[in-house]
Amino acid sequence: MASKWSSSRLRVDWRTSIGLVGTVVKYLSATLLVPLAVALFYGRDVLTFAIAFLITVIVGLGLERVEPDPDLGTREGFLMVALTWLVVALVGTVPYLLAGMGTGSTLAHPINALFESMSGFTTTGATMMGEISFTQHSHALLLWRQLTQWLGGMGIVVLAVAILPELSVGGAQLMDAEAPGPGIEKLTPRIAETARVLWLVYLGFTVLEMVLLYGLHLGGLAPNMELYNAVSHALTTLPTGGFSPEARSIEAFSAAVQWLIIPFMIAAGANFALFWHALTGNPEKLTQDTEFRSYVGIIGVLTAVIAGLLFTGAGIETVTDAVPPIIGQVEDALRHALFNVVSIITTTGFANMDFTTWSAPAKTILLFAMFIGGSAGSTGSAVKIIRWVVIVKSLRRELFTTVHPEAVSPVRLAGRVIDERAIRGIYAFTLLYVALFAFASLLIVIDSWRVGYTISTLEATSAIASTLGNVGPGFGAVGPMNNYLDFPATSKLLMTFLMWIGRLEILPVLVLLTPSYWRT
Amino acid sequence: MRVIIVGAGQVGSSIAESLDDDHEVVVIDTDDSRVESLTYSLDVLAIEGDGTSLATLREADVGAADLFIASTDDDETNIVTCATAKTASDAFTIARVRSTNYLQTWEESGGAFGVDFMVSTNLLAAETITRIIGLPAAQNVDVFAEGSVLLAEFCIPTNSPIAGQTVAEADDQFNELTVAAVLHEDGLIVPDGETKLATGDEIVVIGSAESTRAFAADLATDRDENRDVVIIGGSEIAVQTAELLEDRGLQPRLIENDPDRARELAERLPQTTVMSSDATDREFLTREHVGDADVAIAALGSDEKNLLASLLADRVGVDRTIAVVESGEYTDLFEAVGVDAAINPRDATAEEIIRFTLDGRMENVAIIDHDRAEVLEIQIDDDSALAGRPITDATDDLPARVTIGAITRDGEFITPRGDTVVEVGDHVVVFVETEAVDAVASRL
Repeated sequence: MASKWSSSRLRVDWRTSIGLVGTVVKYLSATLLVPLAVALFYGRDVLTFAIAFLITVIVGLGLERVEPDPDLGTREGFLMVALTWLVVALVGTVPYLLAGMGTGSTLAHPINALFESMSGFTTTGATMMGEISFTQHSHALLLWRQLTQWLGGMGIVVLAVAILPELSVGGAQLMDAEAPGPGIEKLTPRIAETARVLWLVYLGFTVLEMVLLYGLHLGGLAPNMELYNAVSHALTTLPTGGFSPEARSIEAFSAAVQWLIIPFMIAAGANFALFWHALTGNPEKLTQDTEFRSYVGIIGVLTAVIAGLLFTGAGIETVTDAVPPIIGQVEDALRHALFNVVSIITTTGFANMDFTTWSAPAKTILLFAMFIGGSAGSTGSAVKIIRWVVIVKSLRRELFTTVHPEAVSPVRLAGRVIDERAIRGIYAFTLLYVALFAFASLLIVIDSWRVGYTISTLEATSAIASTLGNVGPGFGAVGPMNNYLDFPATSKLLMTFLMWIGRLEILPVLVLLTPSYWRT
Repeated sequence: MRVIIVGAGQVGSSIAESLDDDHEVVVIDTDDSRVESLTYSLDVLAIEGDGTSLATLREADVGAADLFIASTDDDETNIVTCATAKTASDAFTIARVRSTNYLQTWEESGGAFGVDFMVSTNLLAAETITRIIGLPAAQNVDVFAEGSVLLAEFCIPTNSPIAGQTVAEADDQFNELTVAAVLHEDGLIVPDGETKLATGDEIVVIGSAESTRAFAADLATDRDENRDVVIIGGSEIAVQTAELLEDRGLQPRLIENDPDRARELAERLPQTTVMSSDATDREFLTREHVGDADVAIAALGSDEKNLLASLLADRVGVDRTIAVVESGEYTDLFEAVGVDAAINPRDATAEEIIRFTLDGRMENVAIIDHDRAEVLEIQIDDDSALAGRPITDATDDLPARVTIGAITRDGEFITPRGDTVVEVGDHVVVFVETEAVDAVASRL
């Protein structure tokens, strides 16, 4: 009786969505075998990962039973994508909770664990770990933390589309809902093939970075970049994640390592489809792409400005002993400017020095850079270069048509006309993004004031820009060498929510909150 | 030669008209009244039927045809007609198309669809318009010898330095240029050295590209190079003119009334400023400073609108107006009331198609002043009356007055003067009156 009532009211077959989420979770459990193997090797947290594996399999099988015969439609697709990320983040908390029990780890608290897990899968990189060290956490647990980012980078649903035959129909829409940027580019006639190509390119880059990092270590240029670190950092560079098993992030490594990570961050923030074109004999597609050129251009300009500020000393507020002197040092100024600009624009969130020690102008540039984001079809988040390019072009058009009201001038991207509906969609998204940022910043400030936690406006706004844009670090209390622990639980939950909808580009989640989605 | 023409519209009929004297012409059309009227007005066999049906083509004895021309108003019909004809005949097929889309495919594939030659009406008209724009004050421009020789028609404006000079004086002043004909109100004159040039005369000059340009600049000293072009109307000719101008690095403006069409054009033409407005709205024309333009091209859907638009453009201060005229008989009328150049797209098409009916050595042809005269490009062989003799001697032997406008030898331009000796292998551009064309052409 109850089910009849609900099916007559609801127009969404939520059972299908949940059933498919179950399938994804079931297969995802296999990835827990990696940290389990590491746990066995180091002899720590073996039970944690064995239990986590079992729990994940059981949750997956259980959810799958909700609908053994899923029939995926457009609406079910939205629900499935949104739920997948939520359920995966929830399941991902299990190792943190189990490992943290009784050790005094900050992750033993469920809200902290959920924040950490969501931050991982959404490739944000904001952390709730009070102390990042191997004395506090096992190698296996820290690797799991890195691995969540790698899985979330190219997309769990994209991975599922690549592997699961039941998702081949409707797979394009699923990927569209999950993939960064407006619309996806089908590289091959079959969507599963496209998903596989993207993951393959992603995997290729990751392995390449691992090899090169470890190569630096063997070559004597990176004393502390052992195999474990090489694997860990490659796993969080390509997804533009930013987690590091080192408490001081990339500051802990040599200049050679820092220089090597920069091109990989840049690649991670570029459209992976372009690399596929480049690898299949069309390298000009990469160099002629408007978005890629704008992306490189923006990085160049911001780096030049900040490098200038750092070199002259105008960009530095407090000189720290943590890094060698920067003022007056060309290589140091350039490296720190480039590394942090790239890290923020691509929404990676690594830091090779604590940029909280920078002066207000330099920090503000970084704050605004958090809104730029990577390219469409990259693993980066935030607004995305392509949207800004379209917005700038259409604003220029508005100015022109103000003077010439009769002029009809379509907005073009590399010669191709952009549909007016797409432009409206881009405006809507960007406005929504900024409005959400403003509203959430206000909520955080109020919430902190409620519990008596002092936070400056810059810290609050940077925390929101950073979580909504899946960047990771902010300034001050939430700086790259610090954590998000001091916020009240309600703020942590809000930021967890922001990371979730930020990763899915807001609309696929917000659409679930409209009544018309569920009826008619 | 046996020629089959499918489609007896304006282009088809005018081709039939110019061929019916010397060739066996069969015309096929679906409209029975047109077929009937053609039967009586021209010396052709007119058949009612569908050109895409093999039965109709067999009735026209397509197997015996040498030349097959498809010139209906529909691109696809023309292409299918040619393909159908190819299945039953070895005739040389010519298809007339509007869309440049098919033309591109045909050019890239080196002859797709069973079409041996493809003519795009709109593209030809657009090419003519852009050539005229490139030459200030010109009313018509044609190219010969792969672009190294230009043929241009000018109207001598008042206070032009050339007015009052004799042809010999003008020729001396401009190296590499020959005045080939003078068109008075009372007819066409093939000039000799003593012919006087007066204000209001239309003259036809043939010469190297540079000196024709220099001549044009001198003729109308007050006119600069045309950079600011306004195209009124969004017809296909307008679009292709805009595309050609874009290729030359210009950024024309285009005015189209229909918003949907305007949007479509704006998407096709990245360098053109498309405006959606009524081109007869004076307030709009003033606000957009259309009057400051160097040239306005009227390419709307109908002749009446084009006339109105070009007169209005002239009124608001545009230096030069060019109008597209669909009906050939109006071109003079347009120019008489103040349009600087009137372009008939069908003339250009007919010209292009007729050149295939010419003798093998003739490479190019231009039709002057509604077929009162023709300009031919001919390669000289041993049998030619011109070969190895000074021009004055040779032309005296010919049955009618001709003007040798230009000679190219191994790609080099040679200015023809009375004592110039023409050699075998030279390409000669000759101006001949139409009634004498056949007689003269056989001697050259």
